[in-house]
Amino acid sequence: MATFKDFRNKVKPNWCPGCGDFSVQASIQRAAANVGLEPEDLAVISGIGCSGRISGYINSYGFHGIHGRVLPIAQGVKMANRNLKVIASGGDGDGFAIGMGHTIHAIRRNLDITYIVMDNQIYGLTKGQTSPRSEMGFKTKSTPEGSIESAVNVMEMALSAGATFVAQSFSSDLKELTSLIEQGIEHEGFSLINVFSPCVTYNKVNTYDWFKENLVSLDDIEGYDNSNRSKAMSTLMEHNSLVKGLIYQNKTQKSYQDLIHGYDENPLKDSDLKIEEEKFNELIAEFM
Amino acid sequence: MAEQLSWKVGGQQGEGIESTGEIFAITLNRLGYYLYGYRHFSSRIKGGHTNNKIRVSTSQVRSISDDLDILVAFDQETIDINVHELHSNGIVLADAKFNPTVPEDKDVTLYAVPFTEIATELGTSLMKNMVAVGASSAIMNLDPEAFREVVEEIFSRKGQQVVDKNMQAIEKGAAYVKNQSNGSLMQMELAKADGKKRMFMIGNDAIAMGFLAGGCRFMAAYPITPASEIMEYMIKKLPDLGGTVIQTEDEIAAATMAIGANYAGVRTITASAGPGLSLMMESIGLAGITETPLVIVDTQRGGPSTGLPTKQEQSDLMAMIYGTHGEIPKVVIAPSTVQEAFSDAIEALNIAEEYQVPVILLSDLQLSLGKQTVEPLAYEQIQVRRGKLDENPELPELGKGEYFKRYEVTKDGISPRILPGTKNGIFHVTGVEHDETGKPSELASNRKAQMDKRLRKLAKLPEVFDTPVYSDAIHEHPDVLFVGFISTRGAIEEAKARLEEEGIQVNHAHVRLIHPFPGDELKPLVERAKKVIVVENNATAQLANIIKMNVGNHDKITSILKYDGTPFLPGEIHERSKELL
Repeated sequence: MATFKDFRNKVKPNWCPGCGDFSVQASIQRAAANVGLEPEDLAVISGIGCSGRISGYINSYGFHGIHGRVLPIAQGVKMANRNLKVIASGGDGDGFAIGMGHTIHAIRRNLDITYIVMDNQIYGLTKGQTSPRSEMGFKTKSTPEGSIESAVNVMEMALSAGATFVAQSFSSDLKELTSLIEQGIEHEGFSLINVFSPCVTYNKVNTYDWFKENLVSLDDIEGYDNSNRSKAMSTLMEHNSLVKGLIYQNKTQKSYQDLIHGYDENPLKDSDLKIEEEKFNELIAEFM
Repeated sequence: MAEQLSWKVGGQQGEGIESTGEIFAITLNRLGYYLYGYRHFSSRIKGGHTNNKIRVSTSQVRSISDDLDILVAFDQETIDINVHELHSNGIVLADAKFNPTVPEDKDVTLYAVPFTEIATELGTSLMKNMVAVGASSAIMNLDPEAFREVVEEIFSRKGQQVVDKNMQAIEKGAAYVKNQSNGSLMQMELAKADGKKRMFMIGNDAIAMGFLAGGCRFMAAYPITPASEIMEYMIKKLPDLGGTVIQTEDEIAAATMAIGANYAGVRTITASAGPGLSLMMESIGLAGITETPLVIVDTQRGGPSTGLPTKQEQSDLMAMIYGTHGEIPKVVIAPSTVQEAFSDAIEALNIAEEYQVPVILLSDLQLSLGKQTVEPLAYEQIQVRRGKLDENPELPELGKGEYFKRYEVTKDGISPRILPGTKNGIFHVTGVEHDETGKPSELASNRKAQMDKRLRKLAKLPEVFDTPVYSDAIHEHPDVLFVGFISTRGAIEEAKARLEEEGIQVNHAHVRLIHPFPGDELKPLVERAKKVIVVENNATAQLANIIKMNVGNHDKITSILKYDGTPFLPGEIHERSKELL
């Protein structure tokens, strides 16, 4: 049985000291071991940006793609080999700006992959521009007078788009984050885990201390029921989505692959590439 | 009796013009005639003039004809727009309902036939197209019974009565024309065909069949004219083979999803046209640098931007050769017939895996949508070659922090390939420049080694590719060499035959492997010719420029270009080449 150490490689991350992404990396490694995966059973697909480098820092199969396209690549991998556990990961710019179209449709499609967003509300690798997650009034290099656009509320959006697993966490809470990733991997469908992962270099507002002060744990809300979609939505609205924990899970909806007509239970990659002559002749006859 | 004739049916889009053409064409195909059909249509579902021109011949034809023998018109606009194509003694069969007229100075025979009235008497005006088929059969002296088989196939699920009514519509249409002519019926009878069974299909059907036969089991695509038929065919057929299609949110998702699935070991394709290909450019670069097999079909249409979405053009050539920023190995294959569309689709899958590169299968609207008679596609043409892919390797245990050398620098540039999921085979993939294990590296020496490795992969392809240049070049020093690509083949062949009859020696080459360019194969043909005329459907002579770049001889290379959205007619190439000679 692999331990979390087996998911480590010797590559030194190029993240700034104190970056929230270190804990996300550790949580993925722990969660993978905890659910019983071997390194070769896991494919980590990542986007572009500081956080996008994560696939190179985990000892598993990894694909570091192009900006904003992590989800279609990850879905393609899962379609080809349903035996692989597929984790897609990237930043808030990757998933909610350039890649937002894919995010909504991946949610709707409900393929069985886990999407972990390292959300720092800023563009880090390009040295401090506004992100679609930056709050109104947030000053950055590209918004010197403060952002005049609303921040996208991704948790509400995910619920509206028909998500079957929506969670949010904070990179300081390694234990909760690891547990949520485990639940995401085991969820049969698309799981979205948004992780507040502070940028210590460019975001001086949404800091570790800020999140500690402002985040409300769903465990502390009496009677919270994460199978109740409308309760989930009203709770998010009540707290301006500054909550952490498993917000919503629908355990009854089948995943995309379980709904495909005629789709093979074995990995598609193992299917026979040859076509029988008799079958081929039938196809030919249809055009005669 | 004629060896061939040309028939056209026209009316408003959405009033059954297509089905009229289908019933007529499928029947004649089954009698053993060779057909070639080309539809004039617009980006709308209802209304607007549409027509379907079908050439019928006792021998293979791969082009529309210059003129027209029979025009079937459901409205006056059809006559006004198309009557000029009719040669003298041509025939117009028009619905009497709109009191059709033909220009006085045009020497054609008009038969006003109450298509709608006869159909309505039989129960529904929808059958007016069957009356028109019947009227056409009378002109061609074809027994209406010939249509029964096709009518039964289409209507039998609606009951015998519907079949009978439709057959009556055909018979009444034929009888009306015969009676109206009072025994002096203008007839155009075709010589008898050989009765052999052949396929009747569009290029997109053949491309899709090639992919199925070549082991494609997944497709990710976004609908677009004129590529959607490929996706539609795969949606119908893949479930039987355990596979599936995802209609993605856009073409970027289509290309990147295909990259993910190919990386994980499934032969996956996507298909689009110019606008979609523009969106896929960054993905093509990703496939190039990550050495992930990827097959993309580009069914060219009129560009740029939305351009002429339902019209013929061949103007994506440069974009397909050079498109994506940076430099990658890429293959562009251009089938020139429906048979080649089938075999090249299979070959595209093989080349993508053997060389671990993106492959563009370059079609155009005329090849993709032109419906034609095709000799049955051969099972023997199907091969699956996956190159250096090892699907189930026994690999030695990796040391801590060690990765499999997925990008090992090898002599031929092609590295060993295994699939995610393989024990002891972990490697990294990234669009960032990387070392042999896929880990990011900016080292100058590594950059050069990896660039050189990737760019030498295709060095041998023009030598091993099957028929990189199709040629019909019997003359040692011809007066002219015609060069074309994709669907211009038929029109060039016919223009060549006419020039030969006039004593001009003509060779013909059709470039099938566009990139890497088969300069060694084309150069001798260019050098032997006194003049080279490159025939292409674009305004900037893209193929001619590629040829000049690769084989020189600038002074003897000239062009015949057409970029008005319509395909070349044999007569246009014939006339314009005489001006150039």
